[in-house]
Amino acid sequence: MIDSEALAQKYSRVLDPLRRAGWPFLITTGILSLIFFGSFFAFGWQYYWGLGETGMGHPVSWAFYLVNFVFFIGISHAGALVSAVLRITHARWGTPFGRIAEAVTVFALAAGPANILFDLGRSALFYWVAIHAQFKSPLLWDLTCIMTYLTVSIIFLYVLLVPDIGLLRDRFPGRRFLYKILSFGWTGTERQWATMSKIIGVLCVAVIPIAVSVHTVVSWVFGMQTQPMWHSTIFAPYFVTGAIFSGIATIIIVSIVLRKVYHLEDFLTPYNYNNMGLLLLTFTLLWAYFTFVEHLVVGYAGGPHETVVLWSKLTGRFAPLFWLMIALCFVIPFPILVFRRTIPGLMIASICIVIGMWLERFLIIIPSFCEPRLPYARGFYMPSWVEWSMTAGLFAGFSLAFVLFSKFFPVVSIWEMEKEEKKHLSSLKKDV
Amino acid sequence: MVIDLDKCTGCQACVVACRQENNISFAGEEQARLGRANFWMNLVSEVKGDYPHVEMHFLPMPCMQCDHPPCTKVCPVEATYKNPEGIVAQVYPRCIGVRMCISNCPYTVRYFNWHEPSWPESYKKGKNPDVYSRRKGVTEKCNFCIQRIRTAKMEAKREKRKIKDGEVTPACVETCPSEALYFGDLNDPGSGVSRLSRSKRAFRLLEELGTEPKVFYLKEGEWDDRQ
Repeated sequence: MIDSEALAQKYSRVLDPLRRAGWPFLITTGILSLIFFGSFFAFGWQYYWGLGETGMGHPVSWAFYLVNFVFFIGISHAGALVSAVLRITHARWGTPFGRIAEAVTVFALAAGPANILFDLGRSALFYWVAIHAQFKSPLLWDLTCIMTYLTVSIIFLYVLLVPDIGLLRDRFPGRRFLYKILSFGWTGTERQWATMSKIIGVLCVAVIPIAVSVHTVVSWVFGMQTQPMWHSTIFAPYFVTGAIFSGIATIIIVSIVLRKVYHLEDFLTPYNYNNMGLLLLTFTLLWAYFTFVEHLVVGYAGGPHETVVLWSKLTGRFAPLFWLMIALCFVIPFPILVFRRTIPGLMIASICIVIGMWLERFLIIIPSFCEPRLPYARGFYMPSWVEWSMTAGLFAGFSLAFVLFSKFFPVVSIWEMEKEEKKHLSSLKKDV
Repeated sequence: MVIDLDKCTGCQACVVACRQENNISFAGEEQARLGRANFWMNLVSEVKGDYPHVEMHFLPMPCMQCDHPPCTKVCPVEATYKNPEGIVAQVYPRCIGVRMCISNCPYTVRYFNWHEPSWPESYKKGKNPDVYSRRKGVTEKCNFCIQRIRTAKMEAKREKRKIKDGEVTPACVETCPSEALYFGDLNDPGSGVSRLSRSKRAFRLLEELGTEPKVFYLKEGEWDDRQ
């Protein structure tokens, strides 16, 4: 084990952002805070005047907030897959993404369920869902799964941070107070490492089924209902696939931004991105497969209620958004991911996918509401400034959380990189 | 409830009576266009065919009071339930405004208070004191004028008898000038509605969903001797 001085030297690039806070940081934080706290005003406005200040009405009674809810919960799946699956399979290339993935999970899980709060007619009474719990309601399943996932992913992020916090405690005397509490008495003894690997093993195995259950249940909030096009048996796997798909794209975007801003080129190499691109490609294909199946089955055999919704998506008033989604989720990223898994290429593909997946959630929820089963209630939906502000606030809050996180904790797991390197070196020695 | 579509003239008196009886808020024209108007009893119209063979159809739509209501099971706080009389009731103080019941109602007859309910000043004096006043952020729906059923039941209990067929009627049924609406106990095989519901003309909306609605419609244009 090398001492903390040498370790800090070696990973100075990772620790640099914790030492410095320049103008770019202050400006970014300022702008993001402005948008983030602006959305508080929008929420206050909506809370005071009622949900009528949004664009919702009869029959479109769920809209942007539910779209954001599903979208952010989807993104949160990144952490489970990338960190847990890659750890279990000992995929070395995934190590530098681990911390970013875990943080994406926690922040997205904070942003997602917040939307339910915004969506409630009486937001202040949200805790009644727990107090008057009704196990027959898919919303309670949702609450249970999301809270479990949130708890587990916070523990996951934290446990994997502990050895690094131990290092930080020794290196940053100014913040000793904070790091000392958080380091939980970590000194790096043999026994502590043994406990650590045991805990990580358990968490990795635990977090995967929990993550899958979360998006399964989120899909059932819709799939269990009688609305046309929602009542589909493949909804659960379709949602889980889409979730992991958008999650990986988000990790790529966040990691490329951090790599550029904090100069982490030594840790996040084109080799890592190439493999990440392959993973994204797999999910692009899976997503395209599910989308094709879902729409073909409805189009071929669906009853009159379903086909009305389907055609409103394919050729009707939602057609521009639908084909844009197909372009963003498949037509554009697919060739990029097949032929050019470079870092700029991945960035373009990932941005397309994230926007496309947001549209996918929109197109699952809104068209069914606009064309309910009985042809009498018909409506359309246009979001109001309140909803735009809240959505912007969520994205700003998500980014802000990341910016602040990167100023207090290393965004690349130092101890894991070190461990991987040692393993790699010893295996090389064995070969020689 | 049984609704004879042949007798319905589309006058909307049922809609007005329902608003008056149940203190339904005035949304205003602009809000109504955005879908914020509530119609516990709604009259939907449909124009069929082209000139000169145009037909206009009317369909009064109260809550169907399903026997297997899809709306009650999704509520996370049990703010809506099927009461022992078979009415799908809404408990306003319990409702937190999740609106999952609204989205799971295949008949789209559940409504939400998007704003604080408001009425014209002159109208406020005429509000029904027997009806709970809803606040913004809760769901509301037709309950077959449950306040009238309660009153009638209490009266019958005091007089130690059972409610007679036709003794209690919701506002829409009472007001219908062409007597197209019937109300009574479907469980009582001798009641008027029970007889009508077995008519050859009787049908229910979206029967294939298995919700077992308790509102029966009588088809237009076909006369039945049993009438």
